[in-house]
Amino acid sequence: MIELKVNGIKRQVDVVPEMPLLWVLRDELGITSAKYGCGVAQCGACTVHIDGKAVRSCQAHIGEVAGKSVVTLEGLHNKDQNPVLQAWIAHQVPQCGYCQTGQIMQAISLLASIPKPTDEQINQVMSGNLCRCGTYPRIRAAIHAAAANKMAEK
Amino acid sequence: MGDMQTLSRRAFVFGSAAVAGGIVFGAYGPAEAAAPSADGNPLAAGLGPNSVTFNPWVEISPDKITLIAQHADIGQGVGSVQPIMIAEEMDLDPGQFEVRFAGPSPAYFNTGFKEELAPFLAADQSPEAEAARAAALESLRKSGLQMTGGSSTIPDTYDKLRVAGAVARETLKAAAAKRSGVAVADIRTQSGHVILPDGSKIPYVSLAAEAARIPPVLDAQPRDPSTWRMLGKPMTRLDVRAKVMGELQFGIDLKMEGMLYASVKLNPGKGQPLKSYDASKARAMPGVKKILEIKNGVAVIATNSWYAMKAVDAIACEWAPSAYPAEQADHWKVLESSFKPEFLGKEWRTIGDVGAGLKTGKLVEAEYRAPYVAHQPLEPLNGIGLVNDKGMEIWVGHQSPQAVQAIAANAIGLKPEQVTFHNQWTGGSFGHRLEFENVRVLAEIANQMRGTPIKLVFSREEDFLQDIPRQIAIARHRGSVANGKIVATDLQLASTAPFKGLLERMGTPLKDPDPQLAAGTWNVYYDIPHFRATSYEAQGLSPCTTWRSVGASTAGFFTESFIDELIHAAGLDPMKARIAMCNVPHYRKLLETLAEMSTWKGPLGNGRGRGVAFVESFGTPVAEVVEVTATDRGIRIDKVWVAVDVGKVIDPVNFENQVQGGVVWGLGHAMNCEITYSKGAAQQTNYNHHEAMRIHQCPVIEVRGLENDPKVRGLGEPPVPPAAPALANAIFAATGKRIREMPFNKFIDFV
Repeated sequence: MIELKVNGIKRQVDVVPEMPLLWVLRDELGITSAKYGCGVAQCGACTVHIDGKAVRSCQAHIGEVAGKSVVTLEGLHNKDQNPVLQAWIAHQVPQCGYCQTGQIMQAISLLASIPKPTDEQINQVMSGNLCRCGTYPRIRAAIHAAAANKMAEK
Repeated sequence: MGDMQTLSRRAFVFGSAAVAGGIVFGAYGPAEAAAPSADGNPLAAGLGPNSVTFNPWVEISPDKITLIAQHADIGQGVGSVQPIMIAEEMDLDPGQFEVRFAGPSPAYFNTGFKEELAPFLAADQSPEAEAARAAALESLRKSGLQMTGGSSTIPDTYDKLRVAGAVARETLKAAAAKRSGVAVADIRTQSGHVILPDGSKIPYVSLAAEAARIPPVLDAQPRDPSTWRMLGKPMTRLDVRAKVMGELQFGIDLKMEGMLYASVKLNPGKGQPLKSYDASKARAMPGVKKILEIKNGVAVIATNSWYAMKAVDAIACEWAPSAYPAEQADHWKVLESSFKPEFLGKEWRTIGDVGAGLKTGKLVEAEYRAPYVAHQPLEPLNGIGLVNDKGMEIWVGHQSPQAVQAIAANAIGLKPEQVTFHNQWTGGSFGHRLEFENVRVLAEIANQMRGTPIKLVFSREEDFLQDIPRQIAIARHRGSVANGKIVATDLQLASTAPFKGLLERMGTPLKDPDPQLAAGTWNVYYDIPHFRATSYEAQGLSPCTTWRSVGASTAGFFTESFIDELIHAAGLDPMKARIAMCNVPHYRKLLETLAEMSTWKGPLGNGRGRGVAFVESFGTPVAEVVEVTATDRGIRIDKVWVAVDVGKVIDPVNFENQVQGGVVWGLGHAMNCEITYSKGAAQQTNYNHHEAMRIHQCPVIEVRGLENDPKVRGLGEPPVPPAAPALANAIFAATGKRIREMPFNKFIDFV
């Protein structure tokens, strides 16, 4: 049994330690906001936070995650007040929406380290998150809007 | 485009087999008489007590209102706009109804295909063209074909869903009139309620039982667009919040009691069988429950998708060789030798005397190429299947419900009606979910695992290997210019046939030339005195299928790049020349709007350049300007302007998002993507080899929607075709380098 903390709750799973966190979340724990897109850290759809940092869950072996704190989009605090989620809704970013949970988790991480990112900084941090529908103009706008809202709160 | 009668007869056999009499909106009589019959309302079969359905799109029970989305949502937003078109007429607000995807039924036949099936140019509104479209509509009605594709959702549903909502509204009012004794004329509706003259409100749901006992008001008319509350206004897509909150369940997210997980390895030589395999290593791997042999490969059943993928990867397979050339170079050789009479598809359009025209003035010749490209929506192919003695249930996101039934049934010896299909929200498609690789193997696997629900998920690598790509094509275009004018244009292309390929795999082969090989070649709206458009169909190459914007995705690049070459040879300005040559008034207006939006003033200089392109596809004219700068790190795309005329903009925010996405799709694949074959298998098996556009390459994209077209047009695909030629033309303007082959990054670097 491997023990980990997901969205504040202790969970135990009986899988091999090499299993990526992504598949533990999806198939063992039924937490589906982390998406399978590529399996090789090329798309970012599986992005979650481990101990506060954005991580591709397809690359994190569960054996190494044991004891750490995992937060998926489901587990974000106070979701209705979250400026990133609010901006994503206000700008109607999603088309198919499949990559968006990963985009959002990456954007939250970006804004935590760079509160008011430039387009260039957004490009750098977000270029690992692929969107096949091409919602990039809206992702950019939503990140700027979230940054402005966050600043306004302070 | 093609012999319509032949096309409709052959192409839509699924529907023909399923329908006896044909469906006409509102012609199935009063609600109380509606029966789950071949010519009835499919919702009648599942109706609970004290509930009513007025037509195949509206169902009201004592506790809820359900609106049916007949077109599949593949990210383009039709899971939202379809119910909103009904809700607009019913005076329902978002949150007052549930949305359900339609099951397979001829009641949901796609009327929108009539535009593409009639062999006339989209801009041709002559009585002959309209008569052909009316005839196409009748054959579609008889066929009962329910399919999402060809940018047809809005053209198909704009009238019928608003009428469906109006019928529901007026019938509810009639039921309220009967109950209250008040005249219908004195009754109105608002926010899910019937409002009586004294101000008292009756919720629709409480009228369901009474509405079921009166005949529906079939002559109800939709309202004038000037009265719209939601449509045409910047409304919020119904699925946005659930998608942002991570609450929307895609097909891949479903889970069932007792479910096991499957992954497959199929012959990468597409369509060919398995010869032998060795699964000894896989059998001993963790989580593995079973190894299955299927027709063209192997499957692993396990307790987790990842266990299944790892184990199937460890199976050594020997494959029958591909039916097409093993190496990519030989694919190009076949295409090169396909410009011959025996491979002629069709001479689609001839104006004047092309032979004589080409001898006038200066001759311009150019060869263009477009490679195979993969679809690769981010949600990989998947599905859940359960087979028992009665038949099969399948949960999968797909654009052709009836074809899913037929393919699954054929795979395991069932009748199509024994297959129950549950459509799902999908993580994109771009044409991928019109094909059946997942459906067929899921049926085979579930049939070997009877009684156990099986969730199949393709690994990304397997999805790439089995992706039936976009057509590969070569164009050999010739033209002539004299006295500052284009005199002649002879457009010839050799290509694999995507639409024919799809129909063949659906079991309904088409003998006529592939009409998608005319798209982007014959529909040129410039006054050119001598003009010819011809297609050749290459034989024996990789299977190909419809990829977002289909034929126009390649031909639009060829045609609009070559027209640009002719314009330059004639010494003209690319924008002004197109405006001057354009022979459809509202298309000319579109180009003028684009020139104004982009403040087009001719060459920019200093390593900067602008290109323009104009392509009509699926009836929708789209013109784009791309601006680039040649930097020391490569070409940077600075900005794109897009003008689109859809006749009526129904969902403005989503409209802009779709147009921007189409531009990103068109640019990204033109810059960065190709699928090549080696040893019969696609060499690109993940996004690092087939990246398309990432955010750092994405320009600012300014969009304007026009409403001058006499018809309401679709939008999912048409923004794609002009993007590649506009970029190539911009690169030429900035650098003097004419790129005639996709992907462009083989010839020039991008920032």
